[in-house]
Amino acid sequence: MQPQTLYDKLWSSHVVSEDADGTALLYIDRHLVHEVTSPQAFEGLKLAGRRPWRIDSVVATADHNTPTRDWDQGIRDPISRTQVETLDANIREYGAKAYFPFLDARQGIVHVIGPEQGATLPGMTVVCGDSHTSTHGAFAALAFGIGTSEVEHVLATQTLNMKKAKSMLVRVDGALRAGVTAKDVVLAVIGRIGTAGGTGCAIEFAGSVIRGLSMEGRMTLCNMAIEAGARAGMVAADDTTIEYVRGRNFAPKGDHWDRAVAYWRTLKSDEGAIFDKTVVLNGGDIAPQVTWGTSPEMVGSVEGNVPDPARIEDPVKRASLERALHYMGLQPNTPITEIRIDKVFIGSCTNSRIEDLRAAATVVRGRQVAAGVKLAMVVPGSGLVKRQAESEGLDRVFRDAGFEWREPGCSMCLAMNDDRLEPGERCASTSNRNFEGRQGAGGRTHLVSPAMAAAAAIAGRFVDVRKIL
Amino acid sequence: MEKFTVLDGLVAPLDRPNVDTDAIIPKQFLKSIKRSGFGPNLFDEWRYLDHGEPGMDNSKRPLNPNFVLNQPRYRGAQILLARENFGCGSSREHAPWALTDFGFRAIVAPSYADIFFNNSFKNGLLPVIMPAAVVDRLFLEAEAMPGFRLTIDLPRQVVVIPGGQEFRFEVDAFRKHNMVEGLDEIGLTLKQSDTIRAFEERHRAAQPWLFV
Repeated sequence: MQPQTLYDKLWSSHVVSEDADGTALLYIDRHLVHEVTSPQAFEGLKLAGRRPWRIDSVVATADHNTPTRDWDQGIRDPISRTQVETLDANIREYGAKAYFPFLDARQGIVHVIGPEQGATLPGMTVVCGDSHTSTHGAFAALAFGIGTSEVEHVLATQTLNMKKAKSMLVRVDGALRAGVTAKDVVLAVIGRIGTAGGTGCAIEFAGSVIRGLSMEGRMTLCNMAIEAGARAGMVAADDTTIEYVRGRNFAPKGDHWDRAVAYWRTLKSDEGAIFDKTVVLNGGDIAPQVTWGTSPEMVGSVEGNVPDPARIEDPVKRASLERALHYMGLQPNTPITEIRIDKVFIGSCTNSRIEDLRAAATVVRGRQVAAGVKLAMVVPGSGLVKRQAESEGLDRVFRDAGFEWREPGCSMCLAMNDDRLEPGERCASTSNRNFEGRQGAGGRTHLVSPAMAAAAAIAGRFVDVRKIL
Repeated sequence: MEKFTVLDGLVAPLDRPNVDTDAIIPKQFLKSIKRSGFGPNLFDEWRYLDHGEPGMDNSKRPLNPNFVLNQPRYRGAQILLARENFGCGSSREHAPWALTDFGFRAIVAPSYADIFFNNSFKNGLLPVIMPAAVVDRLFLEAEAMPGFRLTIDLPRQVVVIPGGQEFRFEVDAFRKHNMVEGLDEIGLTLKQSDTIRAFEERHRAAQPWLFV
C-alpha cells in the first residue's frame, strides 16, 4: 500500500460513502456545541421535526457570552442571557454526553474543556461551530470548524458532505531558543505562508520542534492553523499525546484503553508519504513574534521594526499596509519595542491553559504592571485551569503584580461580553485575531505569546522577553 | 433554500483583500438566536460613523458616505465584487446571513476562506471564483461605469459581462446541483440513513471506546 499521511488515515477511516465527483459523506465522532452558533441549528431541527442522530456525541458549554467577573450577578446583558438560556433549554430538551453550563466548576472555553475532559481523543473527527476547532488536531484528530447549517446537519445525520482537502506539511526542525514558544512558532509560520497560505489544505505540523512541544503547545499551534487559512491542523500521536489523555474523565478505560493506545500509535504519517505542499522552518531562527497590523500575517520579530509601505511595489498590498498602519496608529519604521500598550489580555482558546499561565507568571513574579497600563487581565481557559493555577499560587503572583484574575470564558478575544478595548486602545493579547474591531470597535490588537504579553505588561511596551527571563 | 439559476444584478465593488467575517458582521450582533435581521448591520463598523449595538434604530444612525454600499449608485446591488481571501476568520454563518439579508445573491472574487465559502452555498449565496486578472478588470469597469451589471448563469457556469463576453467558472457538481434545485441537504443525506447506520456499526466494532 502507498504510504499515507496522517490526514489520509483520519479521512479514510471516517468515509461513509463517496460519490462520483469526490464528495464524501464523512462520519463525525465528537460534536462540540456552544451558545453562539447552535440556537439556529436546534431551531432548524425542531422546525423540520427531526431528532438528533447521536446526541451522546455532543459536549456543550457556554463560553462566548459569559461574563468573567461578578458571577453572583448572573449575565446582566439580556440578549447574551437569552442566548445562554437558549442553549440550556436545548440541552434540556435534547440531552448531551456532557454539558458544562455557566457557573459550573468545569465550565470554560469549548476548546480548552474538550481536551481537558478527555472528550477529544486521537483518531476522532471533531467539529464545532467555531473556526478554532482546529485546536483539537493536536491530538492526531481531524478537527475543523463548521457553520450553523453544518451544525444542524451533524445533529441530524452525524455526518457532513465534504471534499478531501489538499495536504500540507509544516516541518519545524532544530530546537527553539529559550523564551520562544509554540505561539511564536505558529505566528512565524503564518508570517511565512500568509493568512491564505493554507486555504484548501489540512496542515500537519511535524519536525523536532513539534515533537518537543507539550500538548498545550501543540494545541496553541493547531488552534491558529485557521489563521493560516487551513480549516484543520494536526500533529501525530506520540507518548506526549497518550500521557496527556491517560486518566481523563472521558478517556477510554480498562481493555478499551489498551486497544485505543495500540490504534493511536498508528496515527502518524508513514515514511515517504507525499504532501501536496511542504514548508520547512528552522526553529532556532524563530524569535519572539509580535503582530503590528490587522491580519495575523502582519507579524515579525520583536527585534524588528514596523514595515514601511513606501518599500512595497504591489499597489494593492501597499494600500492594504497603509490602511493597516493607519488603523493601528503606527508610523513606518518604528521599532516594535517602542510601541506602548494600554491593556494586556492573557487568555483565549489559543493561550489560556495551565502552561500558558505558568509561563506568564514566571515573567510577572515579583514585578509590577507598568503605571501606564490601564488594565492587565488573566482569564483562565476553564474552571479547572483556574483551580489548578490557584493551587499553584499563580493567582497571587498575578494579583500582587496588579493583574486582574478573572473567571473563565472567551472574554476579550472577541469581546462579546463586557471585556473589550475602547476605540484607539492598544492591547498586548495572547489571542488569535488582530482584525479591525475584533477586541472592541476601534481597538488595536498585537498578538503575542503569554510570556511576551506578561513582559509587555511589566514594561508598558513590547520588550524581548528573552532579555528579562 | 432558495433556488439559484440565472442572476442579472447590479455590482458593488468592495476593494479590500482579506475581508474577515468580523468586518462582515461584528460580534455584538451574533447574540441573536435568529437567522434573519442581520442585513442592517452588514459591515457595521465601515458603514456607520457611530458604534452599533443590537436594538438600535439603524435608520437613524449616521452613515459613512465614503463606504461603497452607502453610495446611491450601488443601491439595490445583488452582486458583491471582492478581493482575495474574502470571508477569512471566524466560522460565523451570520456572515452569509447578513449578506443575503442585505440583498446579495452572489459574490465574485479571486478566492475565499474555506468555511465562509462552504457556508455561502448553504444559504443560496453563490461565491464565484474568477482569476485575479478578470477581477481586476471587473473592478475597473464597475467603478468607471455607473449601473454596471453582471449576469451569473449557474447552470452554464458563466459570468457574462456587458457586451456579452463570457467567463467560465468552476463549481462542485454536488454544490451546484443543491443550489440550482434549492435542495434540503439534510433531507438528502437522510436518504442514506441505512449506509450511515452500517458505517456506524463497523466504526463501533473497530473503536468501541468512541461509543461509551
